[in-house]
Amino acid sequence: MKVKVLSEWLNSCSGCEIAVVDMGERLLDVLNLVDFVHIPVLMDNKYYGQLGDQKHLSLPEADVGLISGGIRNEEHLELAQEIRKKCKIVIALGTCATHGGIPSLCNTYGNNEILDRYYTTETTDPSDSYPSAGIPELLESCYALDEKIHVDVYLPGCPPHPDQVFEALVALLENRPANLSDKSVCDTCPTRREGKGDLKKLTRFLKAPKHNGFAEPLDTMRCLLEQGILCMGAVTRAGCGGNTITPRCLSVRVPCRGCYGPVKHEGNQMMDMLNALASNGIDITSLPETTSLLRFSGAHGQLRPPFKEDGA
Amino acid sequence: MTRTITISPLTRIEGHASIAINLDDDGNVKDSKVHFQSLRGFEKFVEGKPAEELPRIVNRICGICPWHHHLASNKAVDKCFGVTPPPAGQKLRELMQTIAHAEDKLLHFFFLAAADFVIGPDSDYAVRNVIGVVKANPDLAKKVVQMRFKAKMILEKFSGKAIHPVAGVTGGFAKPLTEKDRKEMLVEMQEILDFALFTMDFAKKEVFAKYLDTIQVLGVINTGFMGTVDDNGAMNLYDGKIRLMKPDGTYTDFDVTDYTDYIGEQVVPWSYGKFPYARSWGEGFSMDLDAPKGIYRSNCLARINVTDHMSTPYAQAELEEFREKFGRPAQATLLYHWARLIEEVYACEHAIALLNDPEITDPNVRAVAEPRAGRGVGCVEAPRGTLIHDYSTDENGLITRANMIVGTTHNLGPINMSVDQAAKLLIKNGEVDEGTLNKIEMAVRAYDP
Repeated sequence: MKVKVLSEWLNSCSGCEIAVVDMGERLLDVLNLVDFVHIPVLMDNKYYGQLGDQKHLSLPEADVGLISGGIRNEEHLELAQEIRKKCKIVIALGTCATHGGIPSLCNTYGNNEILDRYYTTETTDPSDSYPSAGIPELLESCYALDEKIHVDVYLPGCPPHPDQVFEALVALLENRPANLSDKSVCDTCPTRREGKGDLKKLTRFLKAPKHNGFAEPLDTMRCLLEQGILCMGAVTRAGCGGNTITPRCLSVRVPCRGCYGPVKHEGNQMMDMLNALASNGIDITSLPETTSLLRFSGAHGQLRPPFKEDGA
Repeated sequence: MTRTITISPLTRIEGHASIAINLDDDGNVKDSKVHFQSLRGFEKFVEGKPAEELPRIVNRICGICPWHHHLASNKAVDKCFGVTPPPAGQKLRELMQTIAHAEDKLLHFFFLAAADFVIGPDSDYAVRNVIGVVKANPDLAKKVVQMRFKAKMILEKFSGKAIHPVAGVTGGFAKPLTEKDRKEMLVEMQEILDFALFTMDFAKKEVFAKYLDTIQVLGVINTGFMGTVDDNGAMNLYDGKIRLMKPDGTYTDFDVTDYTDYIGEQVVPWSYGKFPYARSWGEGFSMDLDAPKGIYRSNCLARINVTDHMSTPYAQAELEEFREKFGRPAQATLLYHWARLIEEVYACEHAIALLNDPEITDPNVRAVAEPRAGRGVGCVEAPRGTLIHDYSTDENGLITRANMIVGTTHNLGPINMSVDQAAKLLIKNGEVDEGTLNKIEMAVRAYDP
């Protein structure tokens, strides 16, 4: 019997859904094994009945609920709760769903600051009030899924590698746990670490790192962090290279920025990175700023608006 | 009794939106509103971040067109820091962007739009989708999946990461192109071009020919158009001047740095997304179907309308045939699908032209940059329209201010108008069925929002 799959995207960009399509011909195999009962990007199943005449949002029952994106507004929350109700297993697909992702950078601001900027840009005509008719109200923050509903399987990545999406789906069909790495990007990175040196400051990524050319394999290049370039590999979950393992950004000699989220689900990429730098004698004030070290994992209360004494 | 018909969610599009159609006492359409539901606030939360990091942050605005955000952002940062990438760095960016266009259009036509035409607009929703298309045409489906995947894997193999790319860097590109890679890409792009030509032919015979009556009426509105052209007036997806055309076909060209003189954005009560309009026309903003004011459209039909000619032979022949049939500017909304496939042919041909440029394998691909205070406006033609990133930096090269106008945003007003037009055309005396509601959505899907 085919496995019934329900798929939704919440506070997301659709990159995770494209990663599913990027399974290539394996996609056709998957379509033979699963029945999609709801997937707005591909299918016309509606929330309020096909004629839109029902009072309450309702989704069909399914074996697996695949959710990308975090929870940012009332509709995202309602959908997440409905999916939890209707699905036996819920998969958090992608780093927005597991840790808030890039959109959770908004958590350092209040909603008013976000709205004030967006509705007063230099091209925007002045208006008396902000839109609110027929659109879902923003929640006070951008949440990871597990802050609001129980999650059974975490599949981080921005986006997750298609090999891992495939592995997770096949594992479910075969009723076994998915074989996903719990190592760090550094653990899987072939670049050469010498471990010694008197590096005191980091420099910004404004020129190419030193390496022997792209004809030479990656293990002939010295670790980017040891070259003085911020690389988040040490505090980031491995897996971005899929079955080929090599971290994707490093393959083009570009430093990791942490898109798979922390190595341990509850880790803090910023604190872990700053600790690692400090314990190696690197002056952390040489970083231009530190908020963006949490750019992929700002949910779970990790990023918050700065405390203001007047309570404003 | 008045009532509201709700379509929620809009499906086989790439974002979050719903439609509310308000009927009067007689069951005829009073007005229609499209609710664009996403608000993430990139304009705010990029503030304070190092400018060179932005191309790796703002690409998350869209997972379908991340290359375009990545590159418009890189162009803006280059200008903030006053750095000019070497020619090969520029050309590799353009090559990646062009191939991303080729991949995107196949995805939209076959995965999102085709079901309405191949399976039929009134068919059961359970089969009116790509899965239904696969079952009805397994051989074609396999070919589509292979060809789109091939284009995507050129990007992935060369640049490391195809979704949310990282290889565009301040001052150029992270990696040079070897002669071996160039030759491989040429062979693959030739194959994709052959498939693009097949698709164009297939669509003209098997799809558009059967739906000409629908094309003439569904979602049709009268607007201006915007797109990028080079110095010779030919469509250019990566760089050039912006051409803003009025509904009567007259136009003005401008440098994107001056975009605030030409484009304004209205805040409407029913949508988080703002509705842009042509500020420079000095007529204000109105979505009145009979007398619209300031309304222009973006994306492929707009680019096909504003261009004087195409720089590649097959695409030029297709443009001539299209103009012969539909004139300039063509206003019928469903012609977006036709225009998209002409652009597909162009993107494949242009990628091949870039690969045949001897300069593209030059190993000098990146210039060194220094942080500084500055302003930069970066622009490319994303699949869904003219994409503008405008940043200012402080003396440490941190972002102090950002404004972005995303491709689809230009079309929010026109989409709302096309929905209203389609609803008024199709809903009479309160009678509504699933096929009718899907046809109204087809007026949206044409824009590929």
